[in-house]
Amino acid sequence: MRYNEKELQALSRQPAEMAAELGMRGPKKGSVAKRRLVKLVVNFLFYFRPDEAEPLGALLLERCRVAQEEPGGFSISFVEDLSRKYHFECCSQEQCQEWMEALRRASYEYMRQSLIFYRNEIRKMTGKDPLEQFGISEEARFQLNSLPRDEQTCTGSQLGVLD
Amino acid sequence: MIQGTNTGRAAMKLNERSLAFYATCDAPVDNAGFLHKRGGRGAGSHRRWFVLRGNMLFYFESEASREPLGVILLEGCTVELVDAREEFAFAVRFAGGRSRSYVLAADSQAALEGWVKALSRASFHYLRLVVRELEQQLAAMREGSPANTLSANPNPISNPRPKENGRAVWSALPEQPTAAPKRPPLPPRRRASAPNRPLASFAQLHEHYGREVRALRSQWRGGQAGLAGLEVWHRSSSGGTHTQDQP
Repeated sequence: MRYNEKELQALSRQPAEMAAELGMRGPKKGSVAKRRLVKLVVNFLFYFRPDEAEPLGALLLERCRVAQEEPGGFSISFVEDLSRKYHFECCSQEQCQEWMEALRRASYEYMRQSLIFYRNEIRKMTGKDPLEQFGISEEARFQLNSLPRDEQTCTGSQLGVLD
Repeated sequence: MIQGTNTGRAAMKLNERSLAFYATCDAPVDNAGFLHKRGGRGAGSHRRWFVLRGNMLFYFESEASREPLGVILLEGCTVELVDAREEFAFAVRFAGGRSRSYVLAADSQAALEGWVKALSRASFHYLRLVVRELEQQLAAMREGSPANTLSANPNPISNPRPKENGRAVWSALPEQPTAAPKRPPLPPRRRASAPNRPLASFAQLHEHYGREVRALRSQWRGGQAGLAGLEVWHRSSSGGTHTQDQP
């Protein structure tokens, strides 16, 4: 699949939501954990060799599942094949927890659900649509029916984190 | 699109299989349709099926294809009308030298406007900007509400992420607004745009959002766990030199 690598590389140089050196192991059987600089920028997780400026790779964090593995370790896998896991080793369970929470909220889809939730809350409280002032109340991407069907009935206590 | 780098290193890895699944999954798309896409390096133009999802623009050989031919990450792009040999043409451009522009052409004026609008608002940064704005409004409303007995303060400005406990707190609020809810302070902002605004204003809107993105970023960048020395590289189009006025 072709993609605009230059823009992706530029994105990897942007300020990160989270950045740390972690142990990382790919999904292939028998792969060895290596030290990687891992950076979360918008809905991408970039990983670098610790001394290099260009990323080795990136994971788009849509439709992913983030799970605790051993203490201090978590994994990222994707809905189409949850057994294929990228493993990460943190220096503490606290760091591990912080990363897992950040990664679960990193997707565009999660952010969209937040928007729809807040929009609804404000509408309930005030009777007015807060998106009207931006002129985007009709924007298709912000409508309730832009969510996958099973998340349209979610209450406010769950923002559809895939689990 | 050439993927090799000057350094002779292997191209960056991307979880392409997951990308393909994301491109073709069941969830509603943000926009879809046929567009003519110019090949790189002056090669001919091909009609492709385009699917916009979030901040990623996928293109397929046909509507029935199960795997995309390619994807354009839209983060940091500007969308402009162009004066091209094709009718209903527009360009997706990126900052920085040697960045490629994507010249695309729709089949109709309506499709053109739909695409320009959708792509202009596709970035994650833009979405986050709107979410932060709503968080602030909600927080201001809660503080102003006399029936507010909740102690937790989500403090949205310094925390860029919606918090779990924040949500639980809000869902405990009464369904009806209280007797005289304090009007949330309106941000110093544009008035709502009319639905059939002339197309030239999209670039202005984008310029405006770009300024806000920069302002918000410097606001919250202090609380970020970013690496030292990183600069904001995103820019929106500066001035109206790229755009064309609609007749």
